[in-house]
Amino acid sequence: MPVMGEPDAFGKFGDFGGRFVPESLIFACQELEDGFRKAWADRAFHDEFEEILSSFGGRPTPITYCARLSLKLGVNIYLKREDLAHTGSHKINNVIGQALLAKRMGKHNLIAETGAGQHGVASATAAALMGMKCKVYMGAVDIGRQALNVFRMRLLGAEVISVESGAKTLKDAVNDAMRAWVSEVETTHYCLGSVMGPHPYPWMVREFQSIIGKEASLQWEKLVGKSSPDYVVACVGGGSNAAGTFAGFAEATSTLIGVEAAGGAALSFGIKGVVHGMASSILQDEYGQINEAHSISAGLDYPGVGPEHAYLAQINRAKYVSANDSEVLMAFKILSQLEGIIPALESAHGIAWVINAAKTGEIEPGSNVLVTLSGRGDKDVAQVSELLGGFSGAGPGLEEVDF
Amino acid sequence: MNFIDLETHLKSIRKSGRPILVPYITGGITNDWMHLVEELAHLGADAIEIGIPFSDPMIDGPVIQEASNLALQRGATTESILLELAQLNLEIPLVAMTYYNLVLRADPTRFANWCHEGGVSGTIIPDLPPEEMRPLETALDKESIVNVLLIAPSTTDERLKFIAGKSKGFLYTIGVMGTTGERTDLAESATILAKRAKQVTDLPVLVGIGISNEIQAQEVTKVADGVVIGSAFMRRILEDQSGKSALKFFSSLRSAL
Repeated sequence: MPVMGEPDAFGKFGDFGGRFVPESLIFACQELEDGFRKAWADRAFHDEFEEILSSFGGRPTPITYCARLSLKLGVNIYLKREDLAHTGSHKINNVIGQALLAKRMGKHNLIAETGAGQHGVASATAAALMGMKCKVYMGAVDIGRQALNVFRMRLLGAEVISVESGAKTLKDAVNDAMRAWVSEVETTHYCLGSVMGPHPYPWMVREFQSIIGKEASLQWEKLVGKSSPDYVVACVGGGSNAAGTFAGFAEATSTLIGVEAAGGAALSFGIKGVVHGMASSILQDEYGQINEAHSISAGLDYPGVGPEHAYLAQINRAKYVSANDSEVLMAFKILSQLEGIIPALESAHGIAWVINAAKTGEIEPGSNVLVTLSGRGDKDVAQVSELLGGFSGAGPGLEEVDF
Repeated sequence: MNFIDLETHLKSIRKSGRPILVPYITGGITNDWMHLVEELAHLGADAIEIGIPFSDPMIDGPVIQEASNLALQRGATTESILLELAQLNLEIPLVAMTYYNLVLRADPTRFANWCHEGGVSGTIIPDLPPEEMRPLETALDKESIVNVLLIAPSTTDERLKFIAGKSKGFLYTIGVMGTTGERTDLAESATILAKRAKQVTDLPVLVGIGISNEIQAQEVTKVADGVVIGSAFMRRILEDQSGKSALKFFSSLRSAL
């Protein structure tokens, strides 16, 4: 049985996953599962999906060897460049898949949740491409923090709905999107942004994102050779870019590493629970109330994690670690200055772990390391400039990095 | 307090020919919320649904969300609410409604113990589908507490039979595709679903979600055995924390049914 295969009849990966939703959503989840199974077994659907990702999405994305960083660290670092995909991150893979599926199922409206705005922008993009209506639920707090992405979504024709419930951030946006889905389910598809939520989402989103790992595996063989990378590394919020990457290497000998934000490390500090329709590892208090996650990257500020990651951790197939904000900021600068690539703060978590692990010797010298760079950092530049002392002049944080 | 069998109690009311009326109150919503529970019993509630607040209540609309947040801010916990109920001595059954994460965090056995201590006869866990309820059901069985299941307008005929077969106490009928909250008009879906439910089960069929006033309650109980009133009642508590207007509203509902 493959390590990253289909979940069981209850939508479980081991003890995790499932379909913990109100009865009003059971039929919609079942209908979606049926629709996805049919589409995913249909060559024509795959052809259309891959064609759009190629002609519109910019796939395949390349693998880049980081010569200067590798020299400095004594390990060979390769980046899978999802930052070069259209809209600037891997999110496009999933939304193209789901939008195509929605159309096939006769649903012409999309709703989506978003935290930092990347999935919202990707959903708005897919809707514009396919002539669908799109509503994006975004926490009022996040709307304040991500004005640029809010404008991008509106420019693309989407309606951005301010979520005023709870803490007014990503977890509340998921709640409100699900609530909206209940009442619009006949005409509307909920385009969930990560490998989370009720079955079939964790499985379906991983399948759509597995194009990252499959591509990378083939590219690796051409570029480096038959032996798999020693380490395959990706950042984890909900965990879609990691799941998509790992899917290409789960059967190989590579050590799989998921890097969470220290302030949102559901796998390191979470407890098994149920939220947003899934059983998984969840940050919660002693009474079972869900905690807010906090980190420098809004995209990783999620108190849960995709159930398949909880499973991969349980069976020890993948290892989950975390990086803190200052390590991430350093990695952000290092990749910019040594390789000419400004990474998304989310993706910088993966780089931060590799830098640390190479320095401490956890990664043996000479190892081959593949890191998925899930997105580009343009969206984070304003925030980072503030942290480093402002746009004007070379602020105190902008001296050449030395490590 | 006395243990009351939920199904027997509700069926005896149905037999008397009177529609069953079940108000919902968020536990810990005000300082004297227990007093409100007692008043509801005196004013003729046939059972009372006690909400245990959760930070992420997926099926709840703005009113219950606000009530949940308020109760949480006031320090309400699963244990505190259920154990406070132990002080009451009512002649009607109590039903605890919450989300599955709180049950898991307490552990189903401990949760069932607390329910037993509080004199609770049944539970409603809207995000726990029948396929996943065994751990809770096993724990509740030991305390003779039943788990009430829900059906929705989107539930297929085959699944409706399956759920009706597994539900105990009564069958909770979600009247409208949406979250808890008041609606201007009674959704047609409520009576259609109640009719479908009555055809396959002898359990009392109670309609909740979207029942906002006396007229709607009268209309839907032409078919259903009773109604659950949540947001319309809780909104009045949020507006007037003394609970006077909420209780007045409840009285007029009772007179109408």
